[in-house]
Amino acid sequence: MSGTKNNEIRTPETIEAERYEIFDSPSYHFNIERRDFLKAVGGGVGVFLLVNAPAALAQRGRESGGSRRFHMPPLPKNVGAWLHIAPGGAVTVYTGKVEIGQNIRTSLAQQVAQELHVKLDTITMVMGDTTLVPWDIGTFGSLTTPTMGPQLRRVGAVARDTMIELAAERWRANKSQLVAENGTIRDPSTGRSIGYGALAEGQTLAKTILFDDPLMSPTKWTIAGEPIPKVGAINFVTGRHLYPYDIKRPGMMYGKVLRPTAFGATLVSLDASAAKAIPGVVVVHDGNFVGVVAPTMEGAEKALGLLKATWRTTPQISDKELFSYLKENALPENEQQEQRFLHSVGSVESGMAAAHQRFSQTYTIAYIAHAPLEPRATVAEWHGDKLTVWTGTQRPFAVRDECAEAFHLPKDHVHLMMPDMGSGYGGKHTGGHTVEAARLAKAAGKPVKLNWTREEEFTWAYFRPAGVIEVRAGLDAAGKIIAWEMINYNSGPSAVMTPYVIPNQTVGFRPTKYPLRQGSYRALAATANFFARESAMGELAHMAGTDQLEFRLKHLSDERLKTVFRAAAEKFGWPRKKTAPGQGFGMGGGIEKGGRVATCAEVFLDPKDGEVHIRHVVVAWECGAIVNPDGLNNQVTGAQVMGIGGALFEHIQFADGKILNPLFSSYRVPRFSDLPKIDVVLIDRKDRPPAGAGETPMTGLAPAVGNAIFDATGVRLRSMPLAPHGVKKS
Amino acid sequence: MAIELNVNGRNYTIDTDPDTSLLTVLRYHLGLTGSKYGCGEGECGACTVIINGYSRRSCITPVSYAHKKQVTTIEGLERDGKLHPVQQAFLDVEAFQCAYCTSGMIMTTVALLRSNPHPTDAQIAEFLQGNICRCGTYPRILDAVRRAERMMAEGGSR
Ligand code: FES
Ligand code: FES
Repeated sequence: MSGTKNNEIRTPETIEAERYEIFDSPSYHFNIERRDFLKAVGGGVGVFLLVNAPAALAQRGRESGGSRRFHMPPLPKNVGAWLHIAPGGAVTVYTGKVEIGQNIRTSLAQQVAQELHVKLDTITMVMGDTTLVPWDIGTFGSLTTPTMGPQLRRVGAVARDTMIELAAERWRANKSQLVAENGTIRDPSTGRSIGYGALAEGQTLAKTILFDDPLMSPTKWTIAGEPIPKVGAINFVTGRHLYPYDIKRPGMMYGKVLRPTAFGATLVSLDASAAKAIPGVVVVHDGNFVGVVAPTMEGAEKALGLLKATWRTTPQISDKELFSYLKENALPENEQQEQRFLHSVGSVESGMAAAHQRFSQTYTIAYIAHAPLEPRATVAEWHGDKLTVWTGTQRPFAVRDECAEAFHLPKDHVHLMMPDMGSGYGGKHTGGHTVEAARLAKAAGKPVKLNWTREEEFTWAYFRPAGVIEVRAGLDAAGKIIAWEMINYNSGPSAVMTPYVIPNQTVGFRPTKYPLRQGSYRALAATANFFARESAMGELAHMAGTDQLEFRLKHLSDERLKTVFRAAAEKFGWPRKKTAPGQGFGMGGGIEKGGRVATCAEVFLDPKDGEVHIRHVVVAWECGAIVNPDGLNNQVTGAQVMGIGGALFEHIQFADGKILNPLFSSYRVPRFSDLPKIDVVLIDRKDRPPAGAGETPMTGLAPAVGNAIFDATGVRLRSMPLAPHGVKKS
Repeated sequence: MAIELNVNGRNYTIDTDPDTSLLTVLRYHLGLTGSKYGCGEGECGACTVIINGYSRRSCITPVSYAHKKQVTTIEGLERDGKLHPVQQAFLDVEAFQCAYCTSGMIMTTVALLRSNPHPTDAQIAEFLQGNICRCGTYPRILDAVRRAERMMAEGGSR
């Protein structure tokens, strides 16, 4: 790491921004006259939060030991969030974060309700609508809970105080003797009370506040911190909720895009005469972009099938050569600039020279797909030179900007709405589908729906980056690690820092050229870096002849991480005796994005076919104060299940610019039969600010499983996925 | 070709190619978007509906197959404003995150409990093996199936 702390050994908070995010500064600020805006929404009371130095991030920045090369994403300079209390008492909260299954519509409303002292069901959350909500960078990187949560709580608290002030004015009472409860202000000395709705009547009051005052301490939480059912849950069990895939507009037509036969292909010729001959069909041909629009979905599919195109393709590498390609194509030092990451303490070379035992291994991680169950979908509609889109994305403002740029429009001519969607896992950051739908709608002169197919979602989105990770280490005579080197090629720097106390160490990340379009992913590089480090820790513990848990604990100083390791081990019953052949136990864990995770796994190898079954997983997780334990449990459990895929069998096969397994019939994802017994141990630290929990809990699983497979068979697997075709016992 | 469908108790005549998938007809002709597209090849279960009592993947079912048959979708499970016990159980347990898989999970479970009112864990897993939840909520879905089983045994059955 650049900077001054060369000889200081500390437990890092590895908060490096994900390398594959694009952190543009906002070029557009929320610039509605606040008072006018309140008139437009029918009067009432508004509280606008201006963000200067977001305390949560500043706090994490301090804890991190300073990662100056990887700045945290900038939050909007102006309004971060705002809240409106209408005459009548309806509360509306506006945020640029979006709901994609991580349950923030509920958990954020819960926090506002807590501070504002209202019932949860009086609050409406407006999320990800680019004309109504303040600019936001996007929903990813486990940032919602640490950043948007505190912002909204602040807004809620000030709105509550404003209600108290209004009541005090009205009654000519002393503010300090009034109490807010359940949407009313009460004066205990006289017994009178008045609702927020009545207080907001006839007002056009806009409060502007800064994000710095202290918040209610989590120990006093009563609504936040409790399990609360998902807001609007009934619409999901009745099929009434409209996802992006389901949006319909009057006069809407259906679009399809002709995909090239390979990545990077160029269109040589197109014969669209048969498609054009169908009444009502519009064919769009604009450079390499070819699409059709028809009055019905099946009509669009048919028209697409009638297009005759020839493409020029170029030879490209396959997944067989992937890892050597990445190693050989590391960018030269002078081209790496900002993206490279290197952290050194002491001297690895002298540590290695003094070592009693030496270790050197290479770990690899394949490309995998997000495969959210809802593929990308958009409805686009033009009114003159103004574009309205309903689209699935984790980054509404970035996708709005993408549209504005594609059509040379001012940004405020694009209105993007983001209905709560069928998840993303970091896979829905880009707006290619939105731009495509808008292009088709422009040509058709009608609203156009463009729903991607599963194959398109697998092929034309992007992948979690593959990586090669090299580890070298040395043990002293007492079995302690005295030298450690870990270099990650391509998958990213997040969590590349080791949480273990090692006197001589170098860890780093080297960008490379890469063959497939790659981008963000739930727990992106942390998964790769945890896998390599915790697998190597398993190998080193074995080399040292020390128990897995004991070996880790003796290298740790971070009490919070020790606590989760002990908690997981205790629940798991570590160390466990094997009761059957083919059984094995392993563990893995670490620190990422402010959270601490430890995972223990039991595997069983089927003697017949070598198939690996994960029988039992215990995950201990601590992310500061818990906002909604039930929602958190759901997220942590889901992360284990999703993690099973990447750990054991998910991998993208490709050759010559084609994805060879772009369907659920050829790309295996976890199903019911893969489900182990999962125990979640949540450690609630009310004294610490909440950290995000959607991602990190999955990172300990793969190394725990790899270590368990070794325990079961003596076979050490160093590639993720570990066992797409089972394990042959040595 | 004119196809006659009975969906959730209502009769429709649809004019389309007989090979058009039932899912396309439900979603884009009838506006019943509760049945989801997840794969279009019968591999994920998001599009599951019930035809004459049996669960079917509507994405690989040609609409002509449903000609003159009874189709039930997620929108047709409620009776007199009351949720079906399986819907209620999924709601009570909150057996979802993004909930995109939920319609298909519920429809498959309705069919399962109709043919086997007291399945074992292994039977549940086997019956639901064709339904993907990418958010990984399988443990809660199992709980929901168990809860629905109890509710239906206690008289909510139909
Ligand atoms: S959409 Fe029919 S099974 Fe996936
Ligand atoms: S809850 Fe998201 S796919 Fe099941």
